[in-house]
Amino acid sequence: MKKTFFTSGTPFIWLTGLAAALGLLMIVGLLLLILVNGLGIFWPQNLQQFTLKDGSVVLGEVWEKETHDNYDTGREETRYRIKTANRDFYGLDFRWLKEDDISERQMPPTAWVLERQAWGQFFGFIIRLSNNGVALASDELNVAAQLPEWHEKMLAAADEIHQLEKGSIGSISMQIENMRLEKRKVILRRDTTTASGRAALRRVDEELASLERQYQELEKELMQRITDSRAITITLRTIDGQEKELPLIDVVRMWQPNRMSAPEKAGLYAARVWEFLSGEPREANMEGGVFPAIFGTVLMVILMSIAAVPIGVLTAVYLREYAKQGPVVRAVRIAVNNMAGVPSIVYGIFGLGFFVYTVGGTIDQLFYSEALPSPTFGTGGILWASLTLALLTLPVVVVATEEGLAAVPRSIRDGSLALGATKFETLWRIILPSTSPAILTGTILAIARAAGEVAPLMVTGVVKLAPSLPLDSTFPYLHLERKFMHLGFHIYDVGFQSPNVEAALPIVYATTLLLVLIILTLNLTAILLRNRLYARFSVTKI
Amino acid sequence: MTFSIATEMPPEHNSVASAHPEKAEAIISIKELDFYYGDKIALESITLDILKNKITAFIGPSGCGKSTLLRCINRLNDLIDIARVDGEITFEGRNIYDPSVDIIDLRRRIGMVFQKSNPFPKSIYENVAYGLRIAGVKDKTTLDDVVEKSLRSAALWDEVKDRLNESALGLSGGQQQRLCIARAIAVEPHVILMDEPCSALDPIATARIEELMLELKKKYTIIIVTHSMQQAARVSDYTAFLWLGKVIEYDVTRKIFTTPAEKLTEDYITGRFG
Ligand SMILES: Nc1ncnc2c1ncn2[C@@H]1O[C@H](COP(=O)(O)OP(=O)(O)OP(=O)(O)O)[C@@H](O)[C@H]1O
Ligand SMILES: [Mg+2]
Repeated sequence: MKKTFFTSGTPFIWLTGLAAALGLLMIVGLLLLILVNGLGIFWPQNLQQFTLKDGSVVLGEVWEKETHDNYDTGREETRYRIKTANRDFYGLDFRWLKEDDISERQMPPTAWVLERQAWGQFFGFIIRLSNNGVALASDELNVAAQLPEWHEKMLAAADEIHQLEKGSIGSISMQIENMRLEKRKVILRRDTTTASGRAALRRVDEELASLERQYQELEKELMQRITDSRAITITLRTIDGQEKELPLIDVVRMWQPNRMSAPEKAGLYAARVWEFLSGEPREANMEGGVFPAIFGTVLMVILMSIAAVPIGVLTAVYLREYAKQGPVVRAVRIAVNNMAGVPSIVYGIFGLGFFVYTVGGTIDQLFYSEALPSPTFGTGGILWASLTLALLTLPVVVVATEEGLAAVPRSIRDGSLALGATKFETLWRIILPSTSPAILTGTILAIARAAGEVAPLMVTGVVKLAPSLPLDSTFPYLHLERKFMHLGFHIYDVGFQSPNVEAALPIVYATTLLLVLIILTLNLTAILLRNRLYARFSVTKI
Repeated sequence: MTFSIATEMPPEHNSVASAHPEKAEAIISIKELDFYYGDKIALESITLDILKNKITAFIGPSGCGKSTLLRCINRLNDLIDIARVDGEITFEGRNIYDPSVDIIDLRRRIGMVFQKSNPFPKSIYENVAYGLRIAGVKDKTTLDDVVEKSLRSAALWDEVKDRLNESALGLSGGQQQRLCIARAIAVEPHVILMDEPCSALDPIATARIEELMLELKKKYTIIIVTHSMQQAARVSDYTAFLWLGKVIEYDVTRKIFTTPAEKLTEDYITGRFG
């Protein structure tokens, strides 16, 4: 009886079902954790004011409630984790409060939350608004009434300053840099004792001088604007009475959560999410947005695909269609398959040694010698990182394509050949189109692997903070030698390398969520594309 | 040995043609053809003539070498690494195994329809136009004309004329096979080789293809491999019986099926083996 129960297969079915359920549970749990934590942080919470039994007051957001048994008394105790912000006053962003110590709770309606350029958020009150030390408003109500308008102005001014810095001044300093290189080129390559050499040098010098004059003028204007804009200040007061004056231009965003209705909060939530997606990072990446990292990740994956897919497909075509099948090809195939299992950091180090130092160094010597010893391509950059990842994902593409090629039935090849097509024509017109879904499957797997890979990037060009995007409006638009930011590295950097890990945790969750979403989107796009190709080219029906 | 009817004929004419006064001209003559897969011999001293504008059937038990012989005629066996050929096949006066022969050109003149229909994963239109495109024809009106003409010849036009741009894989098995025939005749070959073209089709589809063959015979020479005695009897003018890589008997179909000269042939036809 027992035997028949086991041989009936029922326990085995349970086992398989259990394993599948476990896997599903883990994935869903992980996603849920990331989702809840990643999406929650942008919601504007209310500010609570706690009056403690010793008379002191605390203002902050409640982040966590925890109940545990006290060791000494054995009694159950409840405590709260409060985000108090104001790192510049207290040194820490969070503190714990015991339920037993709290005597009174309030929600002060005039309390502000300020997102600042430095020191993280501020929780407290704004008691004065002044222009050059002269008060424009000196009680909380008046300040609150006038602030939005002034803040708007300041944001506009900040925008202009930013434009000036990145736009005119940026382009002039780039021209100056180019001119300096030009000058070195002239000195290196031409004889400056001859008349024409001297003339060339003089021309460059004049150009340089004129550029530098322009630069100084612009810089003076910039300085003026900055000083002007910093004249408008607000005076902050914390709940425990400490005061501080802050130029209004340093405030990125401000709101009074206790006064806001739910729709207003939702609007603010959307604005903050958008800022996170489209903004630049601030304060050692712990605040602000992650746009450069999104951009870097996506661009790198695209460059990687451009490199890996054609090479992988060609390799597979050679191995499967042209090479004489035998022990050598079998050995190559096994080697390629095993390459997929090599730890990624090994690829990273190879990329550093081969791409960066050897190839990049040679390019520098041949084409950018005037900039030496500071390297152009001879240092990590998005091109080298992408190529390293392409190497890493190549086996995936090769294997998938080979399987696709093997799946095209002999009869179809014969049909084409019997009509007078050459082998190449058959390959190009019939076999490769039929293989395209398999190639895309390989690409999907490659993308999924490449987008999540961090270790090899750390040695081939990823940085904590890149001064400019690898794609911009200055010629040649795509700057492959530039360093770049990457979401995966961002998570590592903010989560483990930042000075204040606790305060950075929310952004880690949000970034993780984003990375998962991006990989998901890339994969879904590829899968949709593949399904369309399947519908067109599938040979399985024959 | 070669085929048996040779002995009944005048010694200088080692071909069927001479046995029949109606003027029939050999378009393909196979002489002393041996074929090896590695060390294994698959065809042994095959000698026979294929007559123009006739349907010739190859019959014989499974594995006797019918497909191999057929694929020798358009040199499709060249792709098999281990294959080796001896002897010669003359097509329109030239030995096709001569090194100077252009295989591409040869295959364009000798079309082939396979056992399993094998439409390309492309539209119906592109399937038929494929041979022409390969040959470098780009002119749209020419292509349109040829596609229509070929589909009409293959008796498929009326069924597909409104869905030329749909995938060929959406057609039924019988339609797919007729599409493959249309694809083969689009390049205007002189000979069409058919390897069990109806083996995967139902009786109605089979009947349509047989009808089609009788129609096509006016313009083309057809060689068909079949396992169905009835089919061979119905459509073919001449029948060759192969056994273990040799031609046992080759004659007018009626004679093979009524008064075969060889005991083996009779045994096979009457279903005593194979
Ligand atoms: N690619 C190949 N490599 C080695 N041997 C082969 C190959 N193709 C066919 N053979 C062998 O050659 C012999 C003849 O095969 P062939 O396919 O010509 O037989 P057939 O008469 O067409 O049989 P069927 O009626 O089953 O299609 C068989 O013994 C077969 O095993
Ligand atoms: Mg066969």
